[in-house]
Amino acid sequence: MNNPQLNSHGELQHLLSTEGLPVRIVRDILDRAAQFLGDDHAEIHKVPLLHGKSVFNIFFENSTRTRTTFEIAAKKLSADVVNLNIGSSSTSKGETLLDTVDNLCAMHADMFVVRHATSGAAHLIARHVAPGIHVINAGDGRHAHPTQALLDMYTIRHYKKEFHNLTVAIVGDVLHSRVARSQIHALTTLGVPEVRVIAPKTLLPSMVEKLGVRVFHSMEEGLKGVDVVMMLRLQNERMQGALLPSAQEYFKYYGLTQERLALARPDAIVMHPGPMNRGVEIDSSVADGAQSVILPQVTFGIAVRMAVMSLLAGAST
Amino acid sequence: MNIHITGGRLIDPKNGIDAQQDVFISDKRIAAIGQMPEGFVAEQVIDARGLIVMPGLVDVAARLREPGYEYRATLESEMAAAIAGGVTSLSCPPDTDPPLDEPGLVEMLKHRARSLNQARVFPVGALTYGLQGEQITEMIELTEAGCKAFGHPDAPPADNRVLLRAMQYAATFGYRVWLRPQDAALARNGVAHDGEVAARLGLPPIPVVAETVALSTMLQLARETGVLLHVCRISSAAGVEMIRAAKREGLRVSCDVSMNHVHLTDMDIGYFDANCHLQPPLRTQRDREALRAGLADGTIDAICSNHSPVDDDAKQLPFAEAEAGATGMELLLPLVLKWAEQESIPLLDALARVTINPAQALGVKVGHLSPGAHADVCIFDPQATWKVSPAELKSQGKNTPFNGYTVQGRARYTVVEGKTAFVA
Repeated sequence: MNNPQLNSHGELQHLLSTEGLPVRIVRDILDRAAQFLGDDHAEIHKVPLLHGKSVFNIFFENSTRTRTTFEIAAKKLSADVVNLNIGSSSTSKGETLLDTVDNLCAMHADMFVVRHATSGAAHLIARHVAPGIHVINAGDGRHAHPTQALLDMYTIRHYKKEFHNLTVAIVGDVLHSRVARSQIHALTTLGVPEVRVIAPKTLLPSMVEKLGVRVFHSMEEGLKGVDVVMMLRLQNERMQGALLPSAQEYFKYYGLTQERLALARPDAIVMHPGPMNRGVEIDSSVADGAQSVILPQVTFGIAVRMAVMSLLAGAST
Repeated sequence: MNIHITGGRLIDPKNGIDAQQDVFISDKRIAAIGQMPEGFVAEQVIDARGLIVMPGLVDVAARLREPGYEYRATLESEMAAAIAGGVTSLSCPPDTDPPLDEPGLVEMLKHRARSLNQARVFPVGALTYGLQGEQITEMIELTEAGCKAFGHPDAPPADNRVLLRAMQYAATFGYRVWLRPQDAALARNGVAHDGEVAARLGLPPIPVVAETVALSTMLQLARETGVLLHVCRISSAAGVEMIRAAKREGLRVSCDVSMNHVHLTDMDIGYFDANCHLQPPLRTQRDREALRAGLADGTIDAICSNHSPVDDDAKQLPFAEAEAGATGMELLLPLVLKWAEQESIPLLDALARVTINPAQALGVKVGHLSPGAHADVCIFDPQATWKVSPAELKSQGKNTPFNGYTVQGRARYTVVEGKTAFVA
């Protein structure tokens, strides 16, 4: 089966998932991001690498934060940026997803940044667009959110230098999380020897261990000795229905508190893709504490997205 | 019309014939096998040298999309697909719009089908009004209108008391009940087998227990009521084992599997190939092996196409939003031949799964070529290889997971009711 992300020369054509992404490409992206950030991380300078190119942010699902970081990244690369919040309403007016994409192709887009509520949407669009157009998956259903995972990898490399000696725990709603899936593939690609997931059974896919992770149902056991704690956002709607009884009970058993974090290695870092639910999955004292790297993640995210865009555009740094 | 089919290899599973024998057709019926009847004058001679002559295929699950979904397919397009695939009898599920719950609808469908003079259509009537699972239908009236069984094509009625009553009522009159075992709540919003592939791709899952919970219920109610139960589209290893045990116990139950599930697994979804979005979902290799073992030992009686034409617009969507289903009638014969070859099953045995076995599950007198039987014949070239592509298919539905596959075996002549309905 052809890897739909690579062209016939093995170069990145689209960024759809961290699964099947060659490690050389992952490292290239992280190295490029480091160049954009510079040594002091003080400021990301504007560069003309995408001058004259048009980047279309097509968001079929609402997002402010991710869209904004993509917009900033594209502008730092001197691209022209068009933001389209399509929501779910336009397609219900009769225009199909691919009709929308065709229309945007006709407006001479060079790159699409796509978010959609259904798994596989970015793959569908990538199969459909003209050969010169690049697609970046900014989140599709429960499937993938590769730039988030790549910025997480950048963060881990920044603080931990290496991957081959780490134990990483991913905590929370893995079942519904595109972030978790992309993190797992990125971590195993980079050679992290132990990736753990910690959650009650209702928040884990039934064959999650096939993704190459160790499964824990207890925070106390799962956090023991880890180098990195990656928290996941728990969406409020998961509290309804039969997945979880209440936010209070969830926090009591799966919330990240200082006491629980003390079970990890003393130099462990705490990450979160945002937006956080304080008091549901993470205690404020941890989110704002010394081990938290949640805000640097956001800064790194811009550089990593610049790296992805410049790599796709074939621009050398 | 007198037809003499000469020089072909005749395979008739019901009568245990696999030999070079001529077939003589007279007055819509099989007049004789082997020896030309006295005074027989052929008006048409079909030279079947190098070809296989068999009873026309009986496909127990072919959606014709009428009434209600004519934009997806019409009776004309799908009946043309049937005879091009050598299918001379088919049973269509009641999930039309409106569902087949009124005698008038069934009569109209039968009438429209008959006027096309192609394959025979045996509708499965709705077991409950509107397939709502609340009130049982007028099964006697529907039977008089032409229904051969009563069913719920997607999931049994959620209310087990309704299901019990429906089975009791059907059993009173000896009617067959056809159900697909899938618990609606356990399968809700699901689009792929609950396994490694769904976990990886982030696809909402349909667990195996959705099948086994529903199957367990319907088998217990069948035991209680003594109804003739046909289990449609079994998909899991655990489900096959339950049917095997039920048959061993002596329950009057039959079972079919779709050709897609005989050949494919959830791995074929690859990178979100919406052509593999099917109901029931494609399951694992272990399940596929169990389905094949169930076919080999007779636990599964029939193979069907589960023909469900879907228009391109409904497939050109992200996997979970794409409509489930695939076209299939024209692929049933080559895919059964492929299975038989892979498993080294003699054709006499293999072709029973698409002739006499499904005919018996339906309770109709077709699927064999005994003297006096309906002259429904498929004559195919076992050597013909062809590549599956939209242009090759007569069905209005062009989507199939087998697009691009090279298959072997293709109908050359299809005879229905003593008339040559299709020639390739």
